[in-house]
Amino acid sequence: MLSIRKSGLQTAVQDLGRTGFQRYGVIASGVMDPFAHRIANLLAGNAETSPTLEIALSGPVIEFEADHFIAICGGDLSPSLDGEPLAMWRGHFVPKGSVLSFGEPKRGARSYLAVAGSFDVPSVMNSHSTYLRAGIGGFQGRALKNGDVLKTLSVSAERMDVLKNQNAQTPDWLIPPARYHEQPIVRMMPGRQYALFNEASRTRIFEEAFTVSANSDRMGYRLEGPELALEKQEELISEAVAFGSVQVPADGNPIVLLADRQTTGGYPKIGQVASVDLPLISQLKPGESLKFRHISADDAQQLYIEQEQQIRQLKIAIQMKREEWT
Amino acid sequence: MEFTFSPLSEQALVIETGAIINKQSEQAVRKLSVLLEKQAPDWLIEFIPAFTTVTVFYDPCRLKQAEAEQELRLLIAQLDEAEAPPPRQIEIPVCYGGDFGPDLSFVAEHNGLTEEEVIKIHTSGVYSVHMIGFAPGFPFIGGMSEKIAAPRRKSPRLRIPERTVGIAGMQTGVYPIETPGGWQLIGRTPLRLFIPEQDIPSLLRAGDEIRFTQIDEAEYREQEAMRDAEHS
Repeated sequence: MLSIRKSGLQTAVQDLGRTGFQRYGVIASGVMDPFAHRIANLLAGNAETSPTLEIALSGPVIEFEADHFIAICGGDLSPSLDGEPLAMWRGHFVPKGSVLSFGEPKRGARSYLAVAGSFDVPSVMNSHSTYLRAGIGGFQGRALKNGDVLKTLSVSAERMDVLKNQNAQTPDWLIPPARYHEQPIVRMMPGRQYALFNEASRTRIFEEAFTVSANSDRMGYRLEGPELALEKQEELISEAVAFGSVQVPADGNPIVLLADRQTTGGYPKIGQVASVDLPLISQLKPGESLKFRHISADDAQQLYIEQEQQIRQLKIAIQMKREEWT
Repeated sequence: MEFTFSPLSEQALVIETGAIINKQSEQAVRKLSVLLEKQAPDWLIEFIPAFTTVTVFYDPCRLKQAEAEQELRLLIAQLDEAEAPPPRQIEIPVCYGGDFGPDLSFVAEHNGLTEEEVIKIHTSGVYSVHMIGFAPGFPFIGGMSEKIAAPRRKSPRLRIPERTVGIAGMQTGVYPIETPGGWQLIGRTPLRLFIPEQDIPSLLRAGDEIRFTQIDEAEYREQEAMRDAEHS
Protein backbone atom coordinates (compact mmCIF):
# COMPACT_ATOMS: atom_id res chain seq x y z
CA MET A 1 0.00 0.00 0.00
CA LEU A 2 1.32 3.43 -0.95
CA SER A 3 0.36 6.69 0.71
CA ILE A 4 0.65 9.68 -1.56
CA ARG A 5 1.86 12.51 0.67
CA LYS A 6 2.41 14.87 -2.24
CA SER A 7 1.13 14.13 -5.73
CA GLY A 8 3.78 15.91 -7.79
CA LEU A 9 3.04 17.66 -11.09
CA GLN A 10 1.27 14.75 -12.81
CA THR A 11 1.53 11.26 -11.35
CA ALA A 12 -0.87 8.71 -12.82
CA VAL A 13 -1.34 4.97 -13.22
CA GLN A 14 -0.53 3.79 -16.76
CA ASP A 15 0.11 0.55 -18.59
CA LEU A 16 0.86 -0.33 -22.22
CA GLY A 17 -2.41 1.22 -23.37
CA ARG A 18 -6.02 0.50 -24.17
CA THR A 19 -5.83 -1.72 -27.23
CA GLY A 20 -8.82 -2.66 -29.37
CA PHE A 21 -11.14 0.29 -28.78
CA GLN A 22 -9.59 2.81 -31.14
CA ARG A 23 -12.21 1.87 -33.72
CA TYR A 24 -14.79 3.45 -31.37
CA GLY A 25 -12.61 6.53 -31.12
CA VAL A 26 -11.30 5.56 -27.66
CA ILE A 27 -7.69 6.67 -27.46
CA ALA A 28 -4.91 4.23 -26.63
CA SER A 29 -3.48 6.18 -23.61
CA GLY A 30 -0.78 4.26 -21.76
CA VAL A 31 2.78 5.17 -20.90
CA MET A 32 4.75 7.78 -22.82
CA ASP A 33 7.96 5.71 -22.53
CA PRO A 34 6.99 2.05 -23.01
CA PHE A 35 10.63 0.88 -22.81
CA ALA A 36 11.26 2.31 -19.33
CA HIS A 37 7.85 1.07 -18.13
CA ARG A 38 8.52 -2.49 -19.28
CA ILE A 39 12.01 -2.66 -17.79
CA ALA A 40 10.75 -1.27 -14.45
CA ASN A 41 8.11 -4.00 -14.33
CA LEU A 42 10.61 -6.77 -15.16
CA LEU A 43 13.00 -5.59 -12.45
CA ALA A 44 10.12 -5.53 -9.94
CA GLY A 45 9.18 -9.08 -10.95
CA ASN A 46 5.95 -8.06 -12.68
CA ALA A 47 4.55 -8.76 -16.13
CA GLU A 48 5.58 -6.06 -18.64
CA THR A 49 1.91 -5.21 -19.06
CA SER A 50 1.33 -4.46 -15.34
CA PRO A 51 0.41 -0.89 -14.43
CA THR A 52 3.18 1.45 -13.22
CA LEU A 53 3.09 5.01 -11.92
CA GLU A 54 4.07 7.54 -14.56
CA ILE A 55 5.77 10.44 -12.82
CA ALA A 56 6.28 13.69 -14.73
CA LEU A 57 8.99 16.32 -14.11
CA SER A 58 8.25 17.21 -10.50
CA GLY A 59 7.81 13.91 -8.68
CA PRO A 60 5.60 12.87 -5.75
CA VAL A 61 6.39 12.05 -2.12
CA ILE A 62 5.25 8.50 -1.38
CA GLU A 63 5.23 6.63 1.92
CA PHE A 64 5.29 2.83 1.78
CA GLU A 65 2.75 1.46 4.24
CA ALA A 66 4.20 -2.07 4.05
CA ASP A 67 7.38 -3.81 2.89
CA HIS A 68 7.63 -3.50 -0.87
CA PHE A 69 9.99 -4.28 -3.72
CA ILE A 70 10.25 -1.54 -6.34
CA ALA A 71 12.14 -0.35 -9.41
CA ILE A 72 12.31 3.08 -11.04
CA CYS A 73 13.25 3.51 -14.70
CA GLY A 74 13.06 6.27 -17.29
CA GLY A 75 14.05 9.91 -16.96
CA ASP A 76 16.22 10.79 -13.95
CA LEU A 77 14.07 12.91 -11.65
CA SER A 78 16.52 12.47 -8.75
CA PRO A 79 14.68 9.80 -6.73
CA SER A 80 15.69 9.31 -3.10
CA LEU A 81 14.61 6.98 -0.31
CA ASP A 82 14.55 8.49 3.18
CA GLY A 83 16.83 11.24 1.87
CA GLU A 84 19.42 8.92 0.32
CA PRO A 85 19.78 8.90 -3.49
CA LEU A 86 18.13 5.81 -4.97
CA ALA A 87 19.75 4.10 -7.97
CA MET A 88 17.54 3.76 -11.03
CA TRP A 89 17.30 0.78 -13.43
CA ARG A 90 17.56 -1.77 -10.61
CA GLY A 91 15.32 -3.34 -7.98
CA HIS A 92 15.14 -2.15 -4.35
CA PHE A 93 13.62 -3.61 -1.23
CA VAL A 94 11.86 -0.77 0.61
CA PRO A 95 10.83 -1.48 4.21
CA LYS A 96 7.54 -0.35 5.69
CA GLY A 97 7.61 3.31 6.63
CA SER A 98 10.22 4.42 4.11
CA VAL A 99 9.54 7.54 2.09
CA LEU A 100 10.28 7.94 -1.60
CA SER A 101 10.73 11.45 -2.92
CA PHE A 102 12.04 13.15 -6.03
CA GLY A 103 14.21 16.20 -6.64
CA GLU A 104 15.42 18.10 -9.69
CA PRO A 105 14.66 16.63 -13.10
CA LYS A 106 18.25 15.90 -14.16
CA ARG A 107 17.72 14.18 -17.46
CA GLY A 108 14.48 13.26 -19.19
CA ALA A 109 10.94 14.15 -18.15
CA ARG A 110 9.20 10.96 -16.98
CA SER A 111 10.01 8.21 -14.49
CA TYR A 112 8.20 4.91 -14.06
CA LEU A 113 7.70 3.37 -10.62
CA ALA A 114 6.91 -0.34 -10.63
CA VAL A 115 5.95 -2.07 -7.37
CA ALA A 116 6.14 -5.88 -7.06
CA GLY A 117 2.62 -7.30 -7.29
CA SER A 118 1.57 -4.12 -9.14
CA PHE A 119 -1.21 -1.67 -8.37
CA ASP A 120 -4.69 -2.87 -7.51
CA VAL A 121 -6.81 -0.70 -9.79
CA PRO A 122 -9.81 -1.85 -11.85
CA SER A 123 -9.42 -2.63 -15.52
CA VAL A 124 -11.55 -0.41 -17.76
CA MET A 125 -11.90 -1.57 -21.37
CA ASN A 126 -9.06 -4.08 -20.87
CA SER A 127 -6.58 -1.55 -19.53
CA HIS A 128 -5.36 0.04 -16.30
CA SER A 129 -4.34 3.23 -18.11
CA THR A 130 -5.66 6.56 -16.90
CA TYR A 131 -7.52 8.36 -19.67
CA LEU A 132 -7.36 11.82 -18.13
CA ARG A 133 -9.60 13.71 -20.58
CA ALA A 134 -12.44 11.19 -20.31
CA GLY A 135 -11.90 10.61 -16.57
CA ILE A 136 -11.75 6.81 -16.81
CA GLY A 137 -9.24 4.06 -15.96
CA GLY A 138 -6.23 4.03 -13.64
CA PHE A 139 -6.87 5.39 -10.13
CA GLN A 140 -10.42 6.84 -10.23
CA GLY A 141 -9.86 8.11 -13.77
CA ARG A 142 -7.52 10.85 -12.68
CA ALA A 143 -3.96 11.78 -11.72
CA LEU A 144 -3.05 11.16 -8.09
CA LYS A 145 -3.79 13.80 -5.42
CA ASN A 146 -2.28 14.47 -2.02
CA GLY A 147 -3.63 11.97 0.49
CA ASP A 148 -4.56 9.23 -2.00
CA VAL A 149 -3.90 5.66 -0.94
CA LEU A 150 -2.87 3.35 -3.75
CA LYS A 151 -3.37 -0.35 -3.03
CA THR A 152 -1.09 -3.07 -4.37
CA LEU A 153 -1.75 -6.75 -4.95
CA SER A 154 -0.05 -8.81 -2.26
CA VAL A 155 3.24 -10.61 -2.79
CA SER A 156 3.89 -13.80 -0.79
CA ALA A 157 6.68 -13.82 1.81
CA GLU A 158 8.54 -16.45 -0.25
CA ARG A 159 8.33 -14.33 -3.36
CA MET A 160 9.51 -11.24 -1.48
CA ASP A 161 12.52 -13.28 -0.26
CA VAL A 162 13.38 -14.23 -3.81
CA LEU A 163 13.14 -10.64 -5.01
CA LYS A 164 15.24 -9.37 -2.09
CA ASN A 165 17.97 -11.96 -2.40
CA GLN A 166 18.10 -12.18 -6.16
CA ASN A 167 17.87 -8.52 -6.94
CA ALA A 168 18.14 -7.60 -10.58
CA GLN A 169 19.61 -4.67 -12.38
CA THR A 170 19.54 -3.61 -15.97
CA PRO A 171 22.76 -4.43 -17.83
CA ASP A 172 24.60 -1.26 -18.91
CA TRP A 173 24.10 -2.02 -22.60
CA LEU A 174 20.35 -1.78 -22.15
CA ILE A 175 20.18 1.39 -20.05
CA PRO A 176 19.09 4.24 -22.26
CA PRO A 177 19.67 7.34 -20.08
CA ALA A 178 22.61 8.32 -22.26
CA ARG A 179 20.05 8.62 -25.05
CA TYR A 180 17.77 10.92 -23.05
CA HIS A 181 19.94 13.89 -23.88
CA GLU A 182 19.10 17.41 -24.75
CA GLN A 183 19.07 17.33 -28.52
CA PRO A 184 18.42 13.73 -29.55
CA ILE A 185 18.48 12.49 -33.11
CA VAL A 186 15.05 10.97 -33.63
CA ARG A 187 14.67 8.57 -36.52
CA MET A 188 11.56 9.19 -38.59
CA MET A 189 9.93 7.56 -41.61
CA PRO A 190 8.37 9.80 -44.25
CA GLY A 191 4.68 10.13 -43.39
CA ARG A 192 1.67 9.19 -45.49
CA GLN A 193 1.40 12.74 -46.92
CA TYR A 194 5.15 13.50 -47.06
CA ALA A 195 5.05 13.91 -50.84
CA LEU A 196 2.35 16.62 -50.56
CA PHE A 197 4.73 19.00 -48.74
CA ASN A 198 6.77 21.54 -50.67
CA GLU A 199 10.43 20.84 -51.37
CA ALA A 200 11.73 23.20 -48.68
CA SER A 201 9.61 21.49 -46.01
CA ARG A 202 10.61 18.00 -47.13
CA THR A 203 14.28 18.96 -46.79
CA ARG A 204 14.11 21.10 -43.66
CA ILE A 205 12.21 18.53 -41.58
CA PHE A 206 15.29 16.28 -41.74
CA GLU A 207 17.92 19.03 -41.45
CA GLU A 208 16.90 21.65 -38.95
CA ALA A 209 16.34 21.52 -35.21
CA PHE A 210 12.85 21.74 -33.69
CA THR A 211 12.06 22.96 -30.17
CA VAL A 212 9.37 21.48 -27.92
CA SER A 213 6.85 24.25 -27.19
CA ALA A 214 5.40 24.90 -23.73
CA ASN A 215 2.07 23.91 -25.22
CA SER A 216 2.92 20.19 -25.11
CA ASP A 217 1.39 17.34 -23.15
CA ARG A 218 0.70 13.60 -23.21
CA MET A 219 -1.51 14.08 -26.25
CA GLY A 220 1.21 15.56 -28.38
CA TYR A 221 4.30 17.72 -28.49
CA ARG A 222 3.98 20.91 -30.51
CA LEU A 223 7.29 21.70 -32.15
CA GLU A 224 8.63 25.07 -33.20
CA GLY A 225 11.13 25.42 -36.01
CA PRO A 226 11.10 26.16 -39.71
CA GLU A 227 7.53 26.60 -40.93
CA LEU A 228 6.30 23.60 -42.91
CA ALA A 229 3.78 23.89 -45.74
CA LEU A 230 2.06 21.79 -48.36
CA GLU A 231 2.87 22.36 -52.04
CA LYS A 232 -0.76 23.46 -52.39
CA GLN A 233 -3.26 23.91 -49.56
CA GLU A 234 -5.95 21.21 -49.44
CA GLU A 235 -8.47 19.62 -47.08
CA LEU A 236 -7.64 15.97 -46.48
CA ILE A 237 -9.85 12.99 -45.71
CA SER A 238 -9.37 12.07 -42.02
CA GLU A 239 -7.64 8.77 -41.39
CA ALA A 240 -5.94 6.84 -38.58
CA VAL A 241 -2.88 8.23 -36.83
CA ALA A 242 -0.40 6.38 -34.60
CA PHE A 243 1.92 6.94 -31.62
CA GLY A 244 4.63 9.11 -33.18
CA SER A 245 2.73 10.44 -36.20
CA VAL A 246 4.01 13.93 -37.03
CA GLN A 247 1.15 16.01 -38.36
CA VAL A 248 1.26 19.59 -39.59
CA PRO A 249 -1.76 21.89 -39.11
CA ALA A 250 -2.15 24.91 -41.38
CA ASP A 251 -0.07 27.11 -39.03
CA GLY A 252 3.00 25.18 -40.20
CA ASN A 253 4.17 23.95 -36.77
CA PRO A 254 4.42 20.16 -36.55
CA ILE A 255 2.77 18.17 -33.73
CA VAL A 256 4.18 14.79 -32.70
CA LEU A 257 1.24 12.69 -31.55
CA LEU A 258 1.97 10.75 -28.35
CA ALA A 259 0.25 8.44 -25.82
CA ASP A 260 -3.02 10.39 -25.47
CA ARG A 261 -3.28 11.10 -29.20
CA GLN A 262 -6.59 11.08 -30.99
CA THR A 263 -7.34 7.94 -33.04
CA THR A 264 -7.68 9.75 -36.38
CA GLY A 265 -6.63 13.10 -37.79
CA GLY A 266 -7.27 15.33 -40.76
CA TYR A 267 -3.95 17.15 -40.88
CA PRO A 268 -1.25 15.98 -43.28
CA LYS A 269 1.41 13.72 -41.74
CA ILE A 270 4.93 14.64 -42.78
CA GLY A 271 6.51 11.83 -40.79
CA GLN A 272 6.22 8.87 -38.44
CA VAL A 273 8.73 8.44 -35.62
CA ALA A 274 10.33 4.98 -35.42
CA SER A 275 8.81 3.16 -32.42
CA VAL A 276 12.20 2.53 -30.76
CA ASP A 277 12.89 6.28 -30.71
CA LEU A 278 9.54 7.35 -29.20
CA PRO A 279 11.04 7.51 -25.67
CA LEU A 280 13.55 10.07 -26.93
CA ILE A 281 10.67 12.45 -27.64
CA SER A 282 8.56 11.53 -24.60
CA GLN A 283 11.52 12.28 -22.34
CA LEU A 284 12.04 15.82 -23.71
CA LYS A 285 11.02 18.81 -21.60
CA PRO A 286 9.44 21.94 -23.06
CA GLY A 287 12.20 24.20 -24.40
CA GLU A 288 14.46 21.30 -25.36
CA SER A 289 15.07 20.50 -28.99
CA LEU A 290 15.49 17.54 -31.33
CA LYS A 291 16.49 16.71 -34.87
CA PHE A 292 14.85 14.17 -37.17
CA ARG A 293 16.81 11.71 -39.27
CA HIS A 294 15.34 9.68 -42.12
CA ILE A 295 14.77 5.93 -41.69
CA SER A 296 12.87 3.42 -43.85
CA ALA A 297 9.89 1.45 -42.48
CA ASP A 298 11.84 -1.80 -42.98
CA ASP A 299 14.82 -0.53 -40.97
CA ALA A 300 12.52 0.83 -38.26
CA GLN A 301 10.88 -2.58 -38.03
CA GLN A 302 14.28 -4.28 -37.80
CA LEU A 303 15.26 -1.98 -34.90
CA TYR A 304 11.97 -2.78 -33.20
CA ILE A 305 12.57 -6.52 -33.51
CA GLU A 306 16.11 -6.15 -32.13
CA GLN A 307 14.86 -4.17 -29.16
CA GLU A 308 12.19 -6.79 -28.47
CA GLN A 309 14.93 -9.45 -28.47
CA GLN A 310 17.00 -7.42 -26.01
CA ILE A 311 14.05 -7.00 -23.67
CA ARG A 312 13.29 -10.71 -23.93
CA GLN A 313 16.93 -11.52 -23.07
CA LEU A 314 16.73 -9.37 -19.96
CA LYS A 315 13.42 -10.94 -19.01
CA ILE A 316 14.83 -14.48 -19.33
CA ALA A 317 18.01 -13.55 -17.44
CA ILE A 318 15.99 -12.12 -14.54
CA GLN A 319 13.59 -15.06 -14.46
CA MET A 320 16.42 -17.63 -14.51
CA LYS A 321 18.26 -15.89 -11.70
CA ARG A 322 15.14 -15.83 -9.56
CA GLU A 323 13.99 -19.36 -10.43
CA GLU A 324 17.41 -20.87 -9.74
CA TRP A 325 17.35 -19.41 -6.30
CA THR A 326 14.00 -20.87 -5.31
CA MET B 1 -12.19 -3.30 -56.80
CA GLU B 2 -8.54 -2.19 -56.52
CA PHE B 3 -7.29 -1.33 -53.02
CA THR B 4 -3.97 0.36 -52.36
CA PHE B 5 -1.64 -0.34 -49.43
CA SER B 6 0.85 1.97 -47.77
CA PRO B 7 2.59 2.00 -44.38
CA LEU B 8 1.49 4.35 -41.58
CA SER B 9 4.40 3.07 -39.46
CA GLU B 10 6.62 0.00 -39.12
CA GLN B 11 3.64 -1.75 -37.52
CA ALA B 12 0.62 -0.43 -39.37
CA LEU B 13 -0.65 -0.61 -42.93
CA VAL B 14 -3.26 1.66 -44.44
CA ILE B 15 -5.67 0.03 -46.90
CA GLU B 16 -7.29 2.65 -49.11
CA THR B 17 -10.60 1.52 -50.58
CA GLY B 18 -10.98 4.56 -52.85
CA ALA B 19 -9.63 8.04 -53.49
CA ILE B 20 -12.93 9.80 -52.75
CA ILE B 21 -15.70 9.36 -50.17
CA ASN B 22 -18.59 7.52 -51.86
CA LYS B 23 -20.93 4.61 -51.21
CA GLN B 24 -18.55 2.15 -52.76
CA SER B 25 -15.44 3.10 -50.80
CA GLU B 26 -17.45 3.30 -47.55
CA GLN B 27 -19.18 -0.04 -48.03
CA ALA B 28 -15.77 -1.57 -48.63
CA VAL B 29 -14.50 -0.05 -45.34
CA ARG B 30 -17.49 -1.46 -43.43
CA LYS B 31 -17.19 -4.91 -44.98
CA LEU B 32 -13.46 -5.01 -44.31
CA SER B 33 -14.15 -4.06 -40.68
CA VAL B 34 -16.71 -6.88 -40.37
CA LEU B 35 -14.20 -9.37 -41.78
CA LEU B 36 -11.38 -8.22 -39.50
CA GLU B 37 -13.67 -8.38 -36.47
CA LYS B 38 -15.02 -11.84 -37.32
CA GLN B 39 -11.76 -13.48 -38.32
CA ALA B 40 -9.51 -11.68 -35.81
CA PRO B 41 -6.24 -13.18 -37.10
CA ASP B 42 -3.71 -13.63 -34.28
CA TRP B 43 -1.18 -11.18 -35.75
CA LEU B 44 -3.81 -8.42 -35.67
CA ILE B 45 -3.33 -5.89 -32.85
CA GLU B 46 -6.28 -3.71 -33.83
CA PHE B 47 -7.76 -1.76 -36.72
CA ILE B 48 -9.12 1.74 -37.25
CA PRO B 49 -11.70 2.24 -40.00
CA ALA B 50 -12.09 5.76 -41.43
CA PHE B 51 -13.84 7.27 -44.49
CA THR B 52 -11.91 5.56 -47.26
CA THR B 53 -9.27 3.71 -45.27
CA VAL B 54 -8.87 0.87 -42.83
CA THR B 55 -5.61 1.07 -40.90
CA VAL B 56 -4.44 -2.30 -39.65
CA PHE B 57 -1.99 -2.52 -36.73
CA TYR B 58 -0.09 -5.81 -36.70
CA ASP B 59 2.60 -7.43 -34.59
CA PRO B 60 5.87 -6.36 -36.25
CA CYS B 61 7.70 -9.31 -34.69
CA ARG B 62 5.35 -11.70 -36.51
CA LEU B 63 4.92 -10.10 -39.92
CA LYS B 64 7.02 -8.05 -42.31
CA GLN B 65 5.15 -5.31 -44.10
CA ALA B 66 4.95 -7.33 -47.33
CA GLU B 67 3.61 -10.34 -45.41
CA ALA B 68 0.98 -8.23 -43.68
CA GLU B 69 -0.11 -6.96 -47.08
CA GLN B 70 -0.33 -10.51 -48.39
CA GLU B 71 -2.47 -11.62 -45.43
CA LEU B 72 -4.78 -8.65 -45.93
CA ARG B 73 -5.13 -9.34 -49.66
CA LEU B 74 -6.33 -12.85 -48.79
CA LEU B 75 -8.91 -11.30 -46.48
CA ILE B 76 -10.03 -8.83 -49.15
CA ALA B 77 -10.62 -11.73 -51.55
CA GLN B 78 -13.58 -12.68 -49.30
CA LEU B 79 -15.05 -9.19 -49.30
CA ASP B 80 -18.00 -9.98 -51.57
CA GLU B 81 -19.30 -12.54 -49.09
CA ALA B 82 -19.22 -10.10 -46.16
CA GLU B 83 -22.26 -7.99 -45.25
CA ALA B 84 -22.26 -4.56 -43.62
CA PRO B 85 -24.80 -4.11 -40.78
CA PRO B 86 -28.04 -2.21 -41.72
CA PRO B 87 -28.23 1.55 -40.82
CA ARG B 88 -30.10 2.82 -37.69
CA GLN B 89 -32.03 6.16 -37.41
CA ILE B 90 -31.02 8.50 -34.58
CA GLU B 91 -32.14 12.04 -33.64
CA ILE B 92 -29.71 14.51 -32.05
CA PRO B 93 -31.24 17.57 -30.29
CA VAL B 94 -29.03 20.69 -30.46
CA CYS B 95 -29.14 24.08 -28.73
CA TYR B 96 -27.56 26.35 -31.36
CA GLY B 97 -25.51 29.55 -31.01
CA GLY B 98 -24.74 31.64 -27.94
CA ASP B 99 -22.08 30.29 -25.58
CA PHE B 100 -22.72 26.78 -26.94
CA GLY B 101 -21.91 27.77 -30.53
CA PRO B 102 -19.41 30.68 -30.56
CA ASP B 103 -18.60 30.17 -34.27
CA LEU B 104 -22.22 30.18 -35.52
CA SER B 105 -21.81 33.82 -36.58
CA PHE B 106 -18.57 33.01 -38.45
CA VAL B 107 -20.25 30.15 -40.32
CA ALA B 108 -23.16 32.47 -41.20
CA GLU B 109 -20.90 35.31 -42.33
CA HIS B 110 -18.60 32.99 -44.28
CA ASN B 111 -21.61 31.81 -46.30
CA GLY B 112 -23.51 35.12 -46.56
CA LEU B 113 -26.36 33.79 -44.39
CA THR B 114 -28.07 34.75 -41.13
CA GLU B 115 -27.54 32.53 -38.07
CA GLU B 116 -31.17 31.39 -38.31
CA GLU B 117 -30.62 30.30 -41.91
CA VAL B 118 -27.56 28.26 -40.89
CA ILE B 119 -29.65 26.50 -38.19
CA LYS B 120 -32.50 25.87 -40.64
CA ILE B 121 -30.14 24.29 -43.15
CA HIS B 122 -28.33 22.25 -40.47
CA THR B 123 -31.59 20.80 -39.10
CA SER B 124 -33.17 20.07 -42.49
CA GLY B 125 -30.66 17.46 -43.66
CA VAL B 126 -30.58 13.69 -43.27
CA TYR B 127 -27.02 12.79 -42.42
CA SER B 128 -25.06 9.59 -42.34
CA VAL B 129 -22.24 8.64 -39.99
CA HIS B 130 -19.15 7.94 -42.08
CA MET B 131 -16.82 6.97 -39.30
CA ILE B 132 -16.12 7.15 -35.57
CA GLY B 133 -12.73 8.56 -34.66
CA PHE B 134 -10.61 11.42 -33.40
CA ALA B 135 -12.23 11.24 -29.92
CA PRO B 136 -14.26 8.51 -28.15
CA GLY B 137 -17.61 8.15 -29.92
CA PHE B 138 -16.93 11.14 -32.18
CA PRO B 139 -18.95 10.78 -35.41
CA PHE B 140 -17.79 12.15 -38.73
CA ILE B 141 -21.11 12.98 -40.33
CA GLY B 142 -21.69 13.45 -44.04
CA GLY B 143 -24.60 14.87 -45.98
CA MET B 144 -24.27 18.48 -44.85
CA SER B 145 -25.36 21.18 -47.29
CA GLU B 146 -22.42 22.98 -48.87
CA LYS B 147 -24.30 26.23 -48.15
CA ILE B 148 -23.05 26.07 -44.54
CA ALA B 149 -19.56 24.68 -45.16
CA ALA B 150 -16.71 26.44 -43.36
CA PRO B 151 -12.94 25.86 -43.19
CA ARG B 152 -11.20 24.45 -40.09
CA ARG B 153 -9.56 26.99 -37.81
CA LYS B 154 -5.93 27.76 -38.69
CA SER B 155 -4.76 26.77 -35.21
CA PRO B 156 -6.84 24.25 -33.23
CA ARG B 157 -8.60 25.39 -30.01
CA LEU B 158 -7.03 23.88 -26.89
CA ARG B 159 -10.35 23.22 -25.14
CA ILE B 160 -13.79 22.48 -26.58
CA PRO B 161 -16.53 21.51 -24.09
CA GLU B 162 -18.02 18.00 -24.37
CA ARG B 163 -21.08 17.49 -26.63
CA THR B 164 -20.34 20.58 -28.76
CA VAL B 165 -21.58 20.46 -32.39
CA GLY B 166 -19.19 21.72 -35.05
CA ILE B 167 -18.49 22.15 -38.75
CA ALA B 168 -15.22 21.56 -40.60
CA GLY B 169 -15.21 21.92 -44.37
CA MET B 170 -18.12 19.88 -45.69
CA GLN B 171 -18.38 17.87 -42.46
CA THR B 172 -20.40 18.31 -39.28
CA GLY B 173 -19.84 16.44 -36.02
CA VAL B 174 -20.24 16.40 -32.23
CA TYR B 175 -17.40 16.43 -29.67
CA PRO B 176 -18.27 13.70 -27.07
CA ILE B 177 -15.67 14.78 -24.46
CA GLU B 178 -13.71 17.94 -23.76
CA THR B 179 -10.91 17.96 -26.29
CA PRO B 180 -8.78 20.27 -28.41
CA GLY B 181 -9.77 20.64 -32.05
CA GLY B 182 -9.99 22.83 -35.12
CA TRP B 183 -13.72 22.73 -35.91
CA GLN B 184 -16.08 25.74 -36.07
CA LEU B 185 -18.48 25.39 -33.13
CA ILE B 186 -22.21 26.01 -33.72
CA GLY B 187 -24.12 24.44 -30.79
CA ARG B 188 -24.38 21.76 -28.09
CA THR B 189 -26.41 18.58 -27.53
CA PRO B 190 -27.51 17.13 -24.15
CA LEU B 191 -26.94 13.57 -25.50
CA ARG B 192 -23.97 11.50 -24.32
CA LEU B 193 -22.06 10.11 -27.29
CA PHE B 194 -19.34 8.35 -25.28
CA ILE B 195 -20.67 5.70 -22.88
CA PRO B 196 -17.62 3.97 -21.36
CA GLU B 197 -19.69 1.52 -19.28
CA GLN B 198 -21.11 -0.15 -22.41
CA ASP B 199 -19.38 -2.95 -24.38
CA ILE B 200 -19.53 -0.78 -27.47
CA PRO B 201 -18.74 2.56 -25.83
CA SER B 202 -20.02 4.73 -28.70
CA LEU B 203 -23.67 5.87 -29.11
CA LEU B 204 -23.21 6.15 -32.87
CA ARG B 205 -21.74 3.72 -35.41
CA ALA B 206 -20.53 4.07 -38.95
CA GLY B 207 -23.55 3.75 -41.23
CA ASP B 208 -26.13 5.32 -38.83
CA GLU B 209 -28.61 7.89 -40.21
CA ILE B 210 -28.91 11.08 -38.18
CA ARG B 211 -31.21 14.13 -37.95
CA PHE B 212 -30.43 17.26 -35.92
CA THR B 213 -33.37 19.03 -34.22
CA GLN B 214 -33.29 22.49 -32.64
CA ILE B 215 -34.04 22.86 -28.93
CA ASP B 216 -33.87 26.03 -26.83
CA GLU B 217 -31.72 26.45 -23.74
CA ALA B 218 -34.56 25.53 -21.35
CA GLU B 219 -35.18 22.24 -23.19
CA TYR B 220 -31.44 21.65 -23.26
CA ARG B 221 -31.18 22.08 -19.46
CA GLU B 222 -34.20 19.83 -18.92
CA GLN B 223 -32.81 17.01 -21.09
CA GLU B 224 -29.40 17.33 -19.48
CA ALA B 225 -30.94 17.03 -16.01
CA MET B 226 -33.01 14.01 -17.07
CA ARG B 227 -29.93 12.32 -18.50
CA ASP B 228 -27.90 12.94 -15.35
CA ALA B 229 -30.72 11.55 -13.20
CA GLU B 230 -30.70 8.35 -15.27
CA HIS B 231 -27.00 7.86 -14.75
CA SER B 232 -26.72 8.75 -11.09
